[in-house]
Amino acid sequence: MQSRKLTIAAAGAATLLLTSCAGAGDVEDTGSSELDVAPGVTEDTVVIGSHQPLTGPAAPGYLQISIGAGAVYDYINENGGVHGREIEYVVEDDGYDPTRTVEVTRDLVLREEIFAMVGGLGTPTHSKVLDFLNEEGVPDLFVSSGALMWNQPEEYPLTYGYQVDYTKESKVQGAFIAENFPDAKVGYLQQNDDVGTDSRAGLDQYLSDNVVSQQSYESSSTNISPQMAELKDAGVEVLVCSCIPAFTALAMLEAQAIDWQPQFVVSSIGADTATLMGLLKEFGGENLPADQMLDGMISTGYLPQITMSDDPWITFYRKVHEEMGVEEPFTNTMLYGMVQATQFARALEAAGPEPTRQSLLDAVNSNDFSGPGLVPFVATEDDHAGYDGAFVSQFNAGGTPEILQEPMVTDRGEGPLESFDLERPTPREIDILTE
Amino acid sequence: MASSVKQRGAAPAPSAPPERGGIAARWAAMPLLARHLLGALAAFAAVVALTSMTDSLTDLRIASIGYYTLAVAGLGLLVGFSGQISLGHGAFMFIGAYTTALLVTNVPMVPLWLNLVITVVASCVAGVLVGAASARLHGPYLAGATLTLAVGLPAVALRFPEVLGGSNGLSFSTRGAPPALAGVIPDTRWQAWAVWLAVLLALVALATISKGRLGRQMRAIRDDESAAALAGIKVGRTKVVAFVISAGCGGLAGGLQAYLLGTATPSSFSVVLSLSLLAALILGGMGSLWGALWGALALVYFEVWGETLADALELESKVSNNLPIVLYGVILIAVVLAWPQGIQGALSRLRRRWQRR
Amino acid sequence: MDHFINLTLSGLANGAIYAALALSLIIIYQATRVVNFAQPALALISAYVAYTVTGATGSYWLGFGSALVTGLVLGVLTERLLIRPVHNKSPLSAIVITLGVLLTLQGTAGMIWSNEPHSFGYALDYRGMFSPADAFAVGSVLLVAVLLLALYRWTPLGLRMRAAAFRPEVARMVGVRVGLMLTVGWGIASLVGALGGVLAAPPFLSPNVLDTAFVYGITAAVVGGLDNPFGAIFGGFLLGVSLSYVSSYAGPELVTLAALVILVLVLSVRPDGLFSRPQARKV
Repeated sequence: MQSRKLTIAAAGAATLLLTSCAGAGDVEDTGSSELDVAPGVTEDTVVIGSHQPLTGPAAPGYLQISIGAGAVYDYINENGGVHGREIEYVVEDDGYDPTRTVEVTRDLVLREEIFAMVGGLGTPTHSKVLDFLNEEGVPDLFVSSGALMWNQPEEYPLTYGYQVDYTKESKVQGAFIAENFPDAKVGYLQQNDDVGTDSRAGLDQYLSDNVVSQQSYESSSTNISPQMAELKDAGVEVLVCSCIPAFTALAMLEAQAIDWQPQFVVSSIGADTATLMGLLKEFGGENLPADQMLDGMISTGYLPQITMSDDPWITFYRKVHEEMGVEEPFTNTMLYGMVQATQFARALEAAGPEPTRQSLLDAVNSNDFSGPGLVPFVATEDDHAGYDGAFVSQFNAGGTPEILQEPMVTDRGEGPLESFDLERPTPREIDILTE
Repeated sequence: MASSVKQRGAAPAPSAPPERGGIAARWAAMPLLARHLLGALAAFAAVVALTSMTDSLTDLRIASIGYYTLAVAGLGLLVGFSGQISLGHGAFMFIGAYTTALLVTNVPMVPLWLNLVITVVASCVAGVLVGAASARLHGPYLAGATLTLAVGLPAVALRFPEVLGGSNGLSFSTRGAPPALAGVIPDTRWQAWAVWLAVLLALVALATISKGRLGRQMRAIRDDESAAALAGIKVGRTKVVAFVISAGCGGLAGGLQAYLLGTATPSSFSVVLSLSLLAALILGGMGSLWGALWGALALVYFEVWGETLADALELESKVSNNLPIVLYGVILIAVVLAWPQGIQGALSRLRRRWQRR
Repeated sequence: MDHFINLTLSGLANGAIYAALALSLIIIYQATRVVNFAQPALALISAYVAYTVTGATGSYWLGFGSALVTGLVLGVLTERLLIRPVHNKSPLSAIVITLGVLLTLQGTAGMIWSNEPHSFGYALDYRGMFSPADAFAVGSVLLVAVLLLALYRWTPLGLRMRAAAFRPEVARMVGVRVGLMLTVGWGIASLVGALGGVLAAPPFLSPNVLDTAFVYGITAAVVGGLDNPFGAIFGGFLLGVSLSYVSSYAGPELVTLAALVILVLVLSVRPDGLFSRPQARKV
């Protein structure tokens, strides 16, 4: 008995060895999987999942996103759900470590049986589960990253982007700077990954003659004084910061420290003024409160900002934040998660009363999900871009931000910037959000 | 291979009655390598049997336990046998993972076994360099140097983003079950088998080495370096060899991880990984491959259990997010305080007590 | 030239932090032969206490003081409750216990104060080249080093502590309470670590904020030599200044690699660190 088992095992091992002679990287196309199915959908619930860094070195700054999304789902559930179903939002902690992302994503898909992945966060992390999600036929909606790779409908038909990609956004920045500061010396401070390279690709189209210094930082090292000193020494007048919020704040502190006042132009990922004020709170002192330190900061964005108090969506989200008893303060980062959740809920509603994965994707492709953002939301069969452009605004301490340049859309290549007409619905016009 | 083993095993006692003592005697009379191979085969049978009952997520976790077992066992050889404390074994996993990743992405036609052989060679070369550079270091100096290695080495990937993918790392797909078996055996299960087969072969080598002459020499050095030198053991060389073997195990573990998960990213090979490997070694219990298995099991499953517990308790989010790591920390302290010999130590004590009754 | 001086000065300020952490490590190493991986967590909790106290009272210095006290208390507790039971067993057991403490306390910090970053101020004005805050970092670390030297050299307590660490049997015979001395050693070391933590944490405090500084602290201790406090101080400043140059002249992505290169260079010439006294190793 024992020996027969051993023989089988030996035979198995031998087969394994022999067949492993095929190339390890030669992967056949396994074809597409069945999409007319609805795992995770029951009579009264729809289970969706996401991977986020909740602990570890990368968690600070990103926690608010899933909290915001959770608040919107709670609000929708309390007001009747989507077609009578409650959305159950399962967030798993991957600590921003791709090996854990792979594991928790399988956990979500295979054990939790999620209907869709929504807003999986991070480029290094989410890029490792693209193949898996597309092979398993899991809709992979509204990835939380501005990398270009989410918009590859041919290769990854189930993956859709959410935020404006880094190149498009930086083209808007570049064009704005070239027009409004034509003779200024420009410097870049960029994160040393795709945020930096993709942003540079856009900025250089307009600013290659004006740039006098390009510096990068490593998100694991918070000492950026050498970089800031070089930028100052190069005589930089306009500093373009393609940074996450902690490094925007660090750059501002360091500029204060070396008595340097460049014009900051910050990408949307690092321009959350509410978060920045929280980070800078301790450093202004009596005569320079945190909002004064930020005064005059120019940033690009695609969503309304929480300081735009007359925007109906901001009023609505503020109400959600209050009514759902969210402990953490209301910030633009939280808003990012809230809008993401709203867009998913709208897609789920459009997928009909008996949603399948296919009908969800059809709904995403064929409907216009304009709003809450201030730029068009592009999701069609051939273009999975998500928010497609950006506006330029300037922070005013204590007041509403001033729009310096109306929203424009562009492509990620060398195409021009174009203005557009946008019908933004108000929250009241959206069924699932009304009480 | 298996048949020759049987013949040799049967030869010494042709007329032994088929009773318990006979089998035990025959087992004891077998050559060491044969015993280890048979043990590995039994273990492989167990893995195959186990995975035929589990879903694909569990298959993935079983495979993860496999490569962690190898990494921890390799570290165990270094720490337990030659007494050198390395806090940088994540660095060798890094080298192994990137070697496999580069091979899979750049020369996809190379078969897996050759990939892994190259991976082992590459990490052994790294082991020679590190081992030779650190042969004169002792105790905490070696610990500090290897820790800095674990922190510093992943920066290489940041320096060469075109080849190594920068901080986003490399992502790729690896081949699963052969086409003939597609649909019969899920890809993940197939990969879990491949991982375990490689792990078990490496463990056989490791076990045979540690029971053999080299193992004795290493233990002699650990117990008393000067006496070992007097007895004619080449202390420096043996230490480097221990380092190389252990690096090879770490590298293979990293390569298998890359093969299984399709990723090689600098942030996966943080100090935390290196420290976790050491913690797993002590937690499981040094000096036994079983200990490495318990340690690997803890590495993979404590996190899962912690999250399940956190979900069940319905705590405030900031508490439940951090519960798994606190739980792991507390268990680590409790185990080391209660059983300094680790889980395996506790188990074997339990067994001895049982046998005495 | 200005740039070079700038780099040197900002490197010195960072170096002071590494020096403090290195000093804390080697005090514990000398007393109990344990590399204390819990140190960043002990310093982290101290920094969070400073954050809370400063927030409640509005006084930085009250927060600063309570951080040092917290460090002292945590160090004493860790030694008494967790390290003592495995003392003289295996150095590995102690190391793994400190790893357990590290995980537990970092997680606990996240549970209490959340993983979101908090704004955490400097002691003094941070503006200007070699700002008052930088000067405070360098000055306070040097002051602590001098005080420690005085303590060890010229006070009866210091003498007992040295005796307890290096000749425990003899010390016990002449009536030194060896256990107590080791506990005091841990307390003092953690207090120095807490100082390093409060200096290293700004501008933002989050559970993993001290990890990198701690790794450089270990590197500095090893570079300087584990049985010489001056080595730790020198190692800290050397590392701080060199990494500052590397970050600017070679690129920030190479900083961790540079730390490795420095370590390898130093250890290949002097395997026991720069300032270790040549001594016959116990065999």
